Amino acid sequence: MEIKIKLNGKMVSDDIPADMLLIDFVRAHNCFSVKRGCETSSCGLCTVLLDDQPVLSCSTLAARANGHSVYTLEGLQEEASEFVGFIADQGAEQCGFCNPGFVMNTIALLRENPDPTDEEILAYLSGNLCRCSGYVGQQRGIRNFLNSRKAQEAERE
Amino acid sequence: MSVIITFQKYVRPQSLEEAWELNQKKRHRIVAGMMWLKMGKHSFGTAIDLCDLGLGEIEETENEFRIGAMVTLRQMEKHPGLAAYSCGAVEAAFKDIVGVQFRNGATLGGSLWRRMGFSDIVALFMAMDSYVELFEGGVVPLEEFVNMKYDKDLLVRLIVKKQPGAFAYQAVRKQRTDLPSLNCAAAKLGNEYRVVVGSRPARAMMLRDEQGILANGITEESAASFAEYAASTVPVSGNMWGSAEYRKALVPVLTRRTLMALGEVL
Repeated sequence: MEIKIKLNGKMVSDDIPADMLLIDFVRAHNCFSVKRGCETSSCGLCTVLLDDQPVLSCSTLAARANGHSVYTLEGLQEEASEFVGFIADQGAEQCGFCNPGFVMNTIALLRENPDPTDEEILAYLSGNLCRCSGYVGQQRGIRNFLNSRKAQEAERE
Repeated sequence: MSVIITFQKYVRPQSLEEAWELNQKKRHRIVAGMMWLKMGKHSFGTAIDLCDLGLGEIEETENEFRIGAMVTLRQMEKHPGLAAYSCGAVEAAFKDIVGVQFRNGATLGGSLWRRMGFSDIVALFMAMDSYVELFEGGVVPLEEFVNMKYDKDLLVRLIVKKQPGAFAYQAVRKQRTDLPSLNCAAAKLGNEYRVVVGSRPARAMMLRDEQGILANGITEESAASFAEYAASTVPVSGNMWGSAEYRKALVPVLTRRTLMALGEVL
């Protein structure tokens, strides 16, 4: 079947099998940041933004995304660059396999709630599993980014 | 490419009639949010996607909520009207269901249709004055629907009547985002108290205050008495989220705590 998806801002058309998953579609179009992890809809590694909402691309049919907008980390490098350094500074990446999913969901969190509390950060990112770090590093990195942004805003005022 | 589900054709019906007719064929299957469907190994002929039928909206009127089958769990969790009416119980019930991404995909229809014993959604809405609208079967109380056999009907929406009342929801999980070992929703609808216990692990069951234990309101004593009644009434068994003995010990504790939480919002 023929589908059209606006992938990272560019219209992409393809003839796909009816049962193709969105993760396979985006990876077939060179978006290799999107990882296949648990296969049980629970690890968050495959997170993409579908019409600006974070979803699990391993559990979404590519056909359902037909006519919609999909963003992967490849298309959000600039937005991600604002805070990923803070996460790296905490050594939170370790093996790095979960990182793109974490970053995508953090982008979604900060768009929805620009000034989250620590509890809100934990709640929003609870669907992103990391088997190396124990999550404290990521949380500290995001907190440091938010503190730094607030300090910059205060300086400007 | 790793595909656990396979099918040959994908169809988006343009009317409920068309969707229902398509679904009567043995090898055709409705795909809702696909979260649980994807867990198994399935091979079927045609996937029926209801996403073009306008079922992705929550309508709130003076008397009821009409929640379309394709509304996501996240939409319900963030809906101000549902939050206000449920005294925050919707968010309490939904917040630990896997993660935000999962809840952006999982649908009300998929969650209710499966009638899974561990469902936080079923347990919560059963405590409310809720009805399932089926294309062929008409409007059925959720309490009745939960115990119906699977068939080839089509779940259109959930209707929640805005009875004056208050609600509370609590669950015990081994850890956040896991399935509940036991869940409990409590409600006061007019003068009627309802307690729903789910994840027993069988399908959720409703207890009404037929003995008038809570007739004089919720106090430490009456909540404890009702909790003992629940312990003697609710059958439990074991699975990997808890043994029968563990659940048996949990039922009175969780019932009492949920009733006390209900008492705080009354």
